[in-house]
Amino acid sequence: MNQEELNNKLAEIKDKLTKIELKSDTRIYLYCEGENSYAVNKFLFEDVPLRFVIATGIDSDDCFEVIYHYSYDQTGCVISLKAFIRDRENPAIESIAPFLPAAEWIEREIHDILGIDFKNHPNMRRLILADDWPDGVYPMRKEVKK
Amino acid sequence: MSWKIWSLKKSPWVFHVNTGACNNCDIEIVNLLTPKFDVERFGIKLVGSPRHADALLVTGVVTRQAAPRLQEVYRQTSKPCVVFCMGACACDTGIFRDGYHVVGPVDKIIKEVDPNAIIAYVPGCPPKPEAMISGVVKALSIL
Amino acid sequence: MKETVKKPILAVGPFHPLQEEMEFFQLTIDGEIVTDIDVRLSYNHRGIEKISESLQFDQIPFLVSRICGICSASHPTAYVNAVEELAGIKPPERALYVRTIINELERIHSHLLWVGLAGHFIGYDTVFMWAWKYREPVLDLLEEITGNRNNYGNVKVGGCREDVPNELVPKILKELDEIEKKTEMLTKAVLDDPVLHARLKGVGILSKEAAIKYAVTGPTARGSGVDIDVRRDDPYAAYGDLDWNVITQTEGDVFAKAVVRLLETFESIKMVRQALKKLPDGPVAVEVKEIPPGEAVGHAEAPRGETFHYVRSDGGNRPIRHKVRAPSYVNVPSFKASCLGQRIADVTITLAAVDPCYSCTERLAVIDQHNKVIHDGESLLRLSREKTAQMRKELGVPGLKMEDL
Repeated sequence: MNQEELNNKLAEIKDKLTKIELKSDTRIYLYCEGENSYAVNKFLFEDVPLRFVIATGIDSDDCFEVIYHYSYDQTGCVISLKAFIRDRENPAIESIAPFLPAAEWIEREIHDILGIDFKNHPNMRRLILADDWPDGVYPMRKEVKK
Repeated sequence: MSWKIWSLKKSPWVFHVNTGACNNCDIEIVNLLTPKFDVERFGIKLVGSPRHADALLVTGVVTRQAAPRLQEVYRQTSKPCVVFCMGACACDTGIFRDGYHVVGPVDKIIKEVDPNAIIAYVPGCPPKPEAMISGVVKALSIL
Repeated sequence: MKETVKKPILAVGPFHPLQEEMEFFQLTIDGEIVTDIDVRLSYNHRGIEKISESLQFDQIPFLVSRICGICSASHPTAYVNAVEELAGIKPPERALYVRTIINELERIHSHLLWVGLAGHFIGYDTVFMWAWKYREPVLDLLEEITGNRNNYGNVKVGGCREDVPNELVPKILKELDEIEKKTEMLTKAVLDDPVLHARLKGVGILSKEAAIKYAVTGPTARGSGVDIDVRRDDPYAAYGDLDWNVITQTEGDVFAKAVVRLLETFESIKMVRQALKKLPDGPVAVEVKEIPPGEAVGHAEAPRGETFHYVRSDGGNRPIRHKVRAPSYVNVPSFKASCLGQRIADVTITLAAVDPCYSCTERLAVIDQHNKVIHDGESLLRLSREKTAQMRKELGVPGLKMEDL
């Protein structure tokens, strides 16, 4: 697929997206609500298909974002899917690890540092924080200073 | 001079501990074994257990998870022993000072277990192998 | 046999002198075969992403080059790729070439380091001594160019801190010839050795499907036939101007990964030569004023695979979010796919083949179904070396001697 074909392919899932941003030839940002993240991720990984790179969890004041980064190596395009989690009290999103083992660790890490719950994760346990790190303290949240 | 100190100075057996480092210092320590530096000809030997060691070569900032393990290694090391803080991270946590998972530096964690611990500092990021050898020799000659 | 379940590191057994970073791997076995693995990462977690938010954009290269000692050129390169994209900064041509030279020199010494460690794990200590001896000239070159053997501190937003002086170029070219000769000898010694063929072929196979499911990168991916390389796929620095090949193999075993790394070393030497000869004149940095609000991604091909950074700015002096992903983060979990079904004598070398940014094979422990630790890192290493010795005896081949190299 060349870049134009890739763009057309991505548009197939546009009913689950709130925005498609073609920042440059090789940088695309897709926006969706948290509820649709599972379907869009499955489409990106299995149907397009793209290579999963990593996910970034962000505390964005009024919401949480989980940005799933993918790469289409044939054209060098990086596609970042921003999933917005609006509920700050109990942030949760569907885990994509069941079909994407590569996402297992990063979902565990985001859970450790931001406290986002990944529903149906096959192996949700502490990954990077020490055994004696206090529960409920999420270091990457804005309110945690050090 | 006690027999133990004499043998320590003659050919120190060292045990390497990584408490959360980027690997640079650790690789330079391993470099000491290789032909260019070849510390074994000085009698300095890297051993596989703290019980056989006269000195600890400690790298890393001491992360929260590594701290109790470092203390346990220290307890297991036969005394007297010297703790060498290798590199900026071990000496004073370096650029990671404000990390939420960093509880070091090394001397603070060791002194919780033994306030009279003998600690030597070899700064650098990483210290060159020559600096490490020089640091070890200097510290042992002061002893 | 140890009776109690042990916790990480010391209690598990002796440290090995070659152990570098701390991870904790627990393997469950049935007889001689591995049936499950578990990993515990927190020993090395320093909270770098949070520290990044308190540093200014131009200070961060110093932080990220210390994430890992051997990827200490590729992390800053990926980071500045992101920031320069965010801010629309175009570094001068010469800077792009200098970045390429530093990154490829790092790849050369990193791959040689790996060959040495792999040799050690299977009982070829001559290979270890030899490979580590011949990476020294590369470190010396890097020290002459940048001032440090590692943690070069050379890449910055807008270009490079230190230039490669034109007077130094002939010397570097001459050194490269020497390094190439030694690498050829090492490659031949490794690839022609029937014991190594027997020991490493068919061991630790990562299938192409598993490589994709675990999203692995670098030689771990290319050894399994996944043809990806950031330098070719999304060129940065001067890679788009150079003539070189991406090396792949299809078998996915430890031998294939060794071949990829060895042959890549030659490609790197080729690239450094070209970059030095084509080095354009001019400055090595542009002035950088402000980083505007926005977000960007940047990636680079580290020796272990793709290094990926995401940076978000609100127009201030510091990033409001900086995500770092080292290649080992996706490569190490694939150990589960390549290790299950293997014999325990092979786990050390299988893990090493992933070239984790931590030499964590000593952090290995094997548990049986009653939750007892029955092997630790030291004994797994011994098993691995014994297997090689046994094979050598069966094949009737004498061991490699230092004089041979």
